Amino acid sequence: MLDQEYIFLLIGMGLVTYLPRLIPLLVLASYKLPKWLLEGLDLIPVAILSAILLPLLLTAGETGQIYLLSPELLVAIPTFLFALKTRSISGTIVLGMLLFWLAGYLI
Amino acid sequence: MPDISTIFFASRCSTMNSLWERAKANLSSEVVPGLLAAWPICLGYIPIGLAFGVLAQKAGLHPVAIGLMSLLVFAGSAQFIAISMLSAGAGILPIIVTTFAVNLRHFLMSSALAPYLSGVKKRTLSLFSYGITDESFAVNLLRFREGNWNITRGLIVNHTANITWIACSILGGYGGHLIPPQSFGIDYALIAMFIALLALQLRGYKYAVVAIVAGGLGVVFSLLFSGNMHIVLASLLAVVICAPLVRKFS
Repeated sequence: MLDQEYIFLLIGMGLVTYLPRLIPLLVLASYKLPKWLLEGLDLIPVAILSAILLPLLLTAGETGQIYLLSPELLVAIPTFLFALKTRSISGTIVLGMLLFWLAGYLI
Repeated sequence: MPDISTIFFASRCSTMNSLWERAKANLSSEVVPGLLAAWPICLGYIPIGLAFGVLAQKAGLHPVAIGLMSLLVFAGSAQFIAISMLSAGAGILPIIVTTFAVNLRHFLMSSALAPYLSGVKKRTLSLFSYGITDESFAVNLLRFREGNWNITRGLIVNHTANITWIACSILGGYGGHLIPPQSFGIDYALIAMFIALLALQLRGYKYAVVAIVAGGLGVVFSLLFSGNMHIVLASLLAVVICAPLVRKFS
């Protein structure tokens, strides 16, 4: 299954994935950026994290459907509070996994 | 009296020694923090990588072909979509276009990382940008912002995650179906990591506002668009809406 077509596919997929990862770094890292842009960039991480996470929790990974009582969401609430309180990444991950594992038995 | 060549030789030895010492010092001072930051990502990539391998193998791909895709593309959701499109008999071009749309969000992540990487050599940046994923971005950005982080540690995070991804997808292609799913809540590792990173990003009122707006828009857009388009649209729109407000009130 390593025919020519598949190789072309991988090269194409690789390029369209790599270039958007590379170009902003090459361009932006070599200039002193204006203040408004830095302020905007400063807000992007929290926006991206939230835009990844909330749909993941509410739609349980499926498009077009909202689940208000998914185990993903129910476990997320204590996990989030724990993260806010302790500010520990590894502790939060261990707790989240443990709760999700238990939720698999209970729900 | 030592002649000139012995002196030269001795000085060369000492440079070699100091280079070696520096490399050794680097190993403990950079590799350990890098690995400590990378382990949650790797843990999370294990079930997803295996699942991808299993799926790709069912679609008729050889483990070598699977590993090659993980190496050349290194983007989880795009690879899953590519496999399902391949099984459905889609052509090369639609798959590449879809991959582009799904991975466009890395453009924003790369932009957000840029202010922390000024002065880094272009060659190093080219290597670093290969490893920018949702997960490595979130981890690296948080550490850069906290200070006490550098490009070497960032590269270690990216490439440890990359190796894990490639290895697990190949392993999945050989027989990942033998591993029971949902063991030990491992499926929740990445979600929990994102929860922790989001909580750590909420360092003030303005970030909370942006998070709520972006999250709300993300949910709405995810109902409207398939793939990952909602991430780019929601986060960009949230920043565009919130940045002027933040400016006005701070």
